Amino acid sequence: MAAFIVRRLINMMVALFVLATLIFFMTRALPGGPFDREKPLPPEIVKNLEAHYGLDQSLGRQYLDFLWGAVRGDFGPSYSSRNDSVMALIARHLPVSAELGVWSLLFAVALGIPLGVVAAYYHNSPLDMAATFFAVAGRSIPPLTLAPLLILVFGLQLRWLPIARFDTPAHRVLPTLALGLGMASLIARLARSSMLQVIREDYIRTARAKGLGEWSVVFVHALRNALIPVVTLLGPLLAAVVTGTFIVEMFFAVPGLGRYYITSIGNRDYPVIMGTSLLFGAMIMVMNLAVDLIYSWVDPRIRLE
Amino acid sequence: MTASGNIPSRPANGASAGPHSSESLARLAARRFLRNRPAVISLIFLILLGISALAAPWLAPHHYATDDLLAAYEQPGGDYLLGADFMGRDILSRLLYGARVSLAVALAGATISFVVGMGYGMTSGYLGGRRDNLMMRAVDVLYAMPSLVVIILIMVYFRAGQPEQFTGIKALLYRWDSALGGLLFIFVGIGITSWLQMARVARGETLAMKQRDFVESAVALGIGNSGLILRHILPNILGPCIVMETATIPGYILTEAFLSFIGLGVNPPTPSWGSMINEGYQAMRSYPHVILWPVVILTATVLAFNFAGDGLRDALDPRLSDG
Repeated sequence: MAAFIVRRLINMMVALFVLATLIFFMTRALPGGPFDREKPLPPEIVKNLEAHYGLDQSLGRQYLDFLWGAVRGDFGPSYSSRNDSVMALIARHLPVSAELGVWSLLFAVALGIPLGVVAAYYHNSPLDMAATFFAVAGRSIPPLTLAPLLILVFGLQLRWLPIARFDTPAHRVLPTLALGLGMASLIARLARSSMLQVIREDYIRTARAKGLGEWSVVFVHALRNALIPVVTLLGPLLAAVVTGTFIVEMFFAVPGLGRYYITSIGNRDYPVIMGTSLLFGAMIMVMNLAVDLIYSWVDPRIRLE
Repeated sequence: MTASGNIPSRPANGASAGPHSSESLARLAARRFLRNRPAVISLIFLILLGISALAAPWLAPHHYATDDLLAAYEQPGGDYLLGADFMGRDILSRLLYGARVSLAVALAGATISFVVGMGYGMTSGYLGGRRDNLMMRAVDVLYAMPSLVVIILIMVYFRAGQPEQFTGIKALLYRWDSALGGLLFIFVGIGITSWLQMARVARGETLAMKQRDFVESAVALGIGNSGLILRHILPNILGPCIVMETATIPGYILTEAFLSFIGLGVNPPTPSWGSMINEGYQAMRSYPHVILWPVVILTATVLAFNFAGDGLRDALDPRLSDG
């Protein structure tokens, strides 16, 4: 177990290092600099700016500076908004994205698990068919197509909900749906198939035989074991939340990190691209490791070699 | 191309290693697939989509880039069956040409995944021991990186370059890319991450196959490494690999649409459903039909790939079915 954690940690570190190196050299090799303007800046000013940001140093020196800064959580100042450090920008925008992510995850779990359980319990009934169809349909309507559909129907046609910004609870509904519905379908699908297996087990028959109520058989005895495989979904789900925020925040004008990330790519704001990509990468990697550990903890039968 | 050419022949090859005649296994899978109505409807839809994508130059009422500013945001009907976009370009024609982009990306992603991923995975699993360990560590490291972030970075890098500023092979790549409307670099970006999962699956299946008696007897007969891999292991692991690949194809299509949506995908005026969604988004309050059509066709295509993929999975290996 300890060896497993150490090995996964080392793997994660190496992956982070490779990602950081890739990001650094790729963005530095880009044609077009951060000080390119429609109307060119005078060369003296460009020179001063480059000296100020350390861009006149050798590439190797810049790389070492970048790595050392990244280790300390310091990605330097942003080029496009000069008074801000990248860390300050992340600190300002990340909570918004995190909130959106938490809402959509909660929504996905609250919808997906009951749906999967009910579908499995009434196996092959019309209800089950509907849930199965939802599982495939939800997988096929990602944020990129769901967000405009939600805006068209609930925002512009029915005029029930606001379609931009993130101020009141009403503003949170559509982005949460756009991000959470696909995840709910993933959860429902796995919860259903896992429940179908568990419900045929001997200990379920035992629970029924000793006269337990149906409710307690399903929700106490069966669901607890049926949820174990669902934990494996957490990794992909969290990754989907992170990348889903890119699109959802663009569509709904949510001032989160995903929207900022896409904008900074357009502005070629190197420190922001590097800092945010590394942050996204590190978040997803740490989450995946945590999910593996949780999984081995909830199901001791799983041997981690 | 090689890999996709192998797909239909799989049941026949796989069966020839077993005791049953090849006909019955292939026919059994086909019959199971045909019983699955959503899968059959999806397959028909995808075939029709493929035909209309190929026949786009003859089917499209207009050229995808012909603009008519007087017809900007024209409502559906009349000369523009599905309406016109912000430059007065025919939406139906752009959807038809956009299908080429989506289907080409699906094909390219799957091909790269089969050729590179299976090649790498089978080699690693077949070699075993330290070399297998080393090869898989590399995959682990790459796999740990979030693929969309990596693809975005690669596309930023490619799209920032101009063909004029390069010489030699780089200039050639950029020329090919612009000849394809920007598709070449999308293939590269998607291909860089698409093979990793396949490598893992192929390696695992190869390790399992190595234990089987028929492989041992083939070794005893003195069949060489390449013969063993290509004739005995490949046909028998193709099934699980196809099943896995069909589940990832919608991901390629959506990745391309996402890249084009954020402006890193195809080069304008090449139409992509993703860039059409972006153009429609700019005016969705006043002209919702412009965004509606690409959203509908993209959803329908992904839905069809998912249903057909599930049907294929159930047909090839009923044990994997959900219920």
